Amino acid sequence: MSHVIDRRLNGKNKSTVNRQRFLRRYREHIKKAVEEAVSRRSITDMEHGEQISIPSRDIDEPVLHHGQGGRQDRVHPGNREFTQGERIARPKGGGAGQGSGKAGNQGEGLDEFVFQITQDEFLDFMFEGLALPNLIKRHLSGCDTFKTVRAGISSDGNPSRINIVRSLRAAHARRIALTGSSRARLKAALAELAALREAGSTDQPSLARLEEEIAALRRRIDKVPFLDTFDLKYNLLSKQPNPSSKAVMFCLMDVSGSMTQATKDIAKRFFILLYLFLKRSYDKIEVVFIRHHTSAREVDEDEFFYSRETGGTIVSSALKLMQEIMQARYPVHEWNLYAAQASDGDNWNDDSPLCRDLLLRQIMPSMQYFSYVEITPREHQALWDEYQQVAAAFPDSFAQQQIVSAADIYPVFRELFQRRIDA
Amino acid sequence: MNPRSLQPISTDSEWSFELIRRYDQEIARLAERYALDIYPNQIEIISAEQMMDAYASVGMPIGYHHWSYGKQFLATEKGYKRGQMGLAYEIVINSDPCIAYLMEENTLCMQALVIAHACYGHNSFFKGNYLFRSWTDASSIIDYLVFAKQYISQCEERHGIDAVEELLDSCHALMNYGVDRYKRPYPISAEEERRRQSEREEHLQRQINDLWRTIPKASGRHNEEQAQRWPAEPQENILYFLEKHAPLLEPWQREVIRIVRKLAQYFYPQRQTQVMNEGWATFWHYTLINDLYDEGLVSDGFMLEFLQYHSGVVLQPAFDSPWYSGINPYALGFAMYRDIRRICEQPNEEDRRWFPEIAGSDWLSTLKFAMQNFKDESFILQYLSPKVMRDLRLFSVLDDDQQDSLQVSAIHDDSGYRHLRETLAAQYNLGNREPNVQIWSVDRRGDRSLTLRHSRHDRRPLGESSQAVLKHLHRLWGFDIHLESHQGEQLIETLHMPPRAEPQESQSSMAL
Repeated sequence: MSHVIDRRLNGKNKSTVNRQRFLRRYREHIKKAVEEAVSRRSITDMEHGEQISIPSRDIDEPVLHHGQGGRQDRVHPGNREFTQGERIARPKGGGAGQGSGKAGNQGEGLDEFVFQITQDEFLDFMFEGLALPNLIKRHLSGCDTFKTVRAGISSDGNPSRINIVRSLRAAHARRIALTGSSRARLKAALAELAALREAGSTDQPSLARLEEEIAALRRRIDKVPFLDTFDLKYNLLSKQPNPSSKAVMFCLMDVSGSMTQATKDIAKRFFILLYLFLKRSYDKIEVVFIRHHTSAREVDEDEFFYSRETGGTIVSSALKLMQEIMQARYPVHEWNLYAAQASDGDNWNDDSPLCRDLLLRQIMPSMQYFSYVEITPREHQALWDEYQQVAAAFPDSFAQQQIVSAADIYPVFRELFQRRIDA
Repeated sequence: MNPRSLQPISTDSEWSFELIRRYDQEIARLAERYALDIYPNQIEIISAEQMMDAYASVGMPIGYHHWSYGKQFLATEKGYKRGQMGLAYEIVINSDPCIAYLMEENTLCMQALVIAHACYGHNSFFKGNYLFRSWTDASSIIDYLVFAKQYISQCEERHGIDAVEELLDSCHALMNYGVDRYKRPYPISAEEERRRQSEREEHLQRQINDLWRTIPKASGRHNEEQAQRWPAEPQENILYFLEKHAPLLEPWQREVIRIVRKLAQYFYPQRQTQVMNEGWATFWHYTLINDLYDEGLVSDGFMLEFLQYHSGVVLQPAFDSPWYSGINPYALGFAMYRDIRRICEQPNEEDRRWFPEIAGSDWLSTLKFAMQNFKDESFILQYLSPKVMRDLRLFSVLDDDQQDSLQVSAIHDDSGYRHLRETLAAQYNLGNREPNVQIWSVDRRGDRSLTLRHSRHDRRPLGESSQAVLKHLHRLWGFDIHLESHQGEQLIETLHMPPRAEPQESQSSMAL
């Protein structure tokens, strides 16, 4: 009568399409929520999904129903002290008239519809409409990953990869080829024998000769092996190098005394955004941290963000170091090079033209993209003006923006990487 | 009953397929004793994620795609993952064979409870109750759902996701008005449906064009026709009317309306039999598991666990409890069926006075008769006994917006029983729960506007989302919509879509 079926292994994500329909429909809401979340989130926190809330009235599905008012007689359980005809003061507040239960119970979550999106979805929404400029993937020649692809059939190989159909087909063909003439002869001999017998011939010698020939032919045919090593065919797999795209991202930051912890924090958020963004386009990303005051040093992440040093500012020291590292470790034909520089704009005045020249002559030609953010509420400094010349020379791969507060980070980032529509 | 002699089926709380089969066999054997008429059972074990999927598709095993199911899913997922709510232990589908989902997280005791509840309780209700018998066709629903899903995804391919989504939004807004309340439909099979669908498309389009014929006529005849209201009778099935008569819809759009209408029809009996259906299932899981215990097939520990679940299911918080959210249909239904049995088996003087025709009769056939021939409203009106009202300590509160305070109109005493019973029954009357809105007339020779009429019941106005619903109606009809709200014969207010200019607008918003 009853059947018990185990459905646990069936697909469990039946609702995926409906969920995506929902996200699609409320795309604008979600994007807004994501934008807010990005500017609100703490630095290390970009790797999670996000809780999105949408005002319930925006996602309501309206139906015709009764409103408040009129005359309603409702039955409730749990009477203790009421008697018939007793009058009760109308409860104050939202649930007017409905008695105690309903309004209060639904009150929670009525204003906001809250749900969770995954990290991937979060990043999708975050980077929607953004594109990496000059996205040329340079492939590594001596790469270390391979993928095996089918490459037809070969005559030798590993027994586990025998292709049975092709082997038997080859065997069949060989058997036909080697026994063809014998079979034809056999057929003729059999026909001849049958004809003689039909005719009631008593010519014993010729019958014997025929029978002998038939036996010989049969032996000959049987000697051809069913399957020969010669027939075996193997599936051939070949290794193909898997071109992986790699990028290196240089983070350059000014750590001179003028950079406060808050400014560094802003810089860090900007770097993280850039890192996440690059990660979506490249399989492998290396990050090089270069910090500088009057001299530059390559450091690890912790030191980059948290240790403080004081001193003056010579930006060109960082650019020089970056260029050395590029030459030593990241050859242009293998790596996609990105750099983001954050500074409060202070620099020795006579150093700024040096920076410009370094960028123009040595760094920019091999760069995919160089972005400079100036984190300062003040007027632009000399460095900004010099960089404007760089921007003019490399309009596609150089950009600079100013950030005043943490709330600007994401808009500025969007500004920098806005997908450009090619003319 | 046999003495408790047998070994219990299990002593552990882990379930296995073997044990589930064993319990099912035993419960089936007991159910046979009560001659429960059921569809064959298909018990499916699913995971919590799959249960959430099932939730999201309002219990349909196959559904077309729509964002609102996604919304439902997100809400369920969030509630479940944060531990704010548990999932139902079971979902059962009115189909032949009757499909019941059991969650793998359940303990063995829970699985047994669910089998008794869903596979024998709900199942026999689906098969026996007159509403389900006349409104749904259990054997064809799965096929029909498959057809609907395929058709709608074809429409999405042809006309774009957005167009279909908009249309479905509009249909869903009017879904509760897609049912013939007073006529009984003939359920047709999915096979038939597919065959008819293409002819219908062409045929329909021809008819509609005829209705809106623009060939001029002699003027005298014209005026005569103008005076005649059309449709001659008010139409309660709004979706049906739109499907047949909306002037601007494409054939595929009419078909989609039809699909939503059919689903509304499929769910219609369920909305009218909550108390009866849940009460019936609860009554039977209680009875059947107790029988298992009496036969010694389950251990004391199992029984304690069972009773804990059971009392959770039939818990009825009082009106002033923070957990109160109306009357629990499980509790009310269970109490009523139990009391019917008591009245049959051990009637007292009061029962003989109130229920002379069933007091002392055979309980099983009385109970089955009650299950088969009523819906919530009439079931309560017929069978709610004074004892149940006393046990639940029911009372009714009259809220009249023309009076300053609320009034307790009746409590569980001699003078209040009848009033309570009528009031509670009316509370389950779908006709009272939903505003009575019908299609009144169409201006066929003028601006083609559609006028609906809302008849107020007890002066209750329409809710604030009515304007939004009219938008959807407008989208389907294609011309102006007017919604007149009447109290008796008197016109109270009129809503318009698109909204009219200032004065009337402010009037309607004040009324809202």
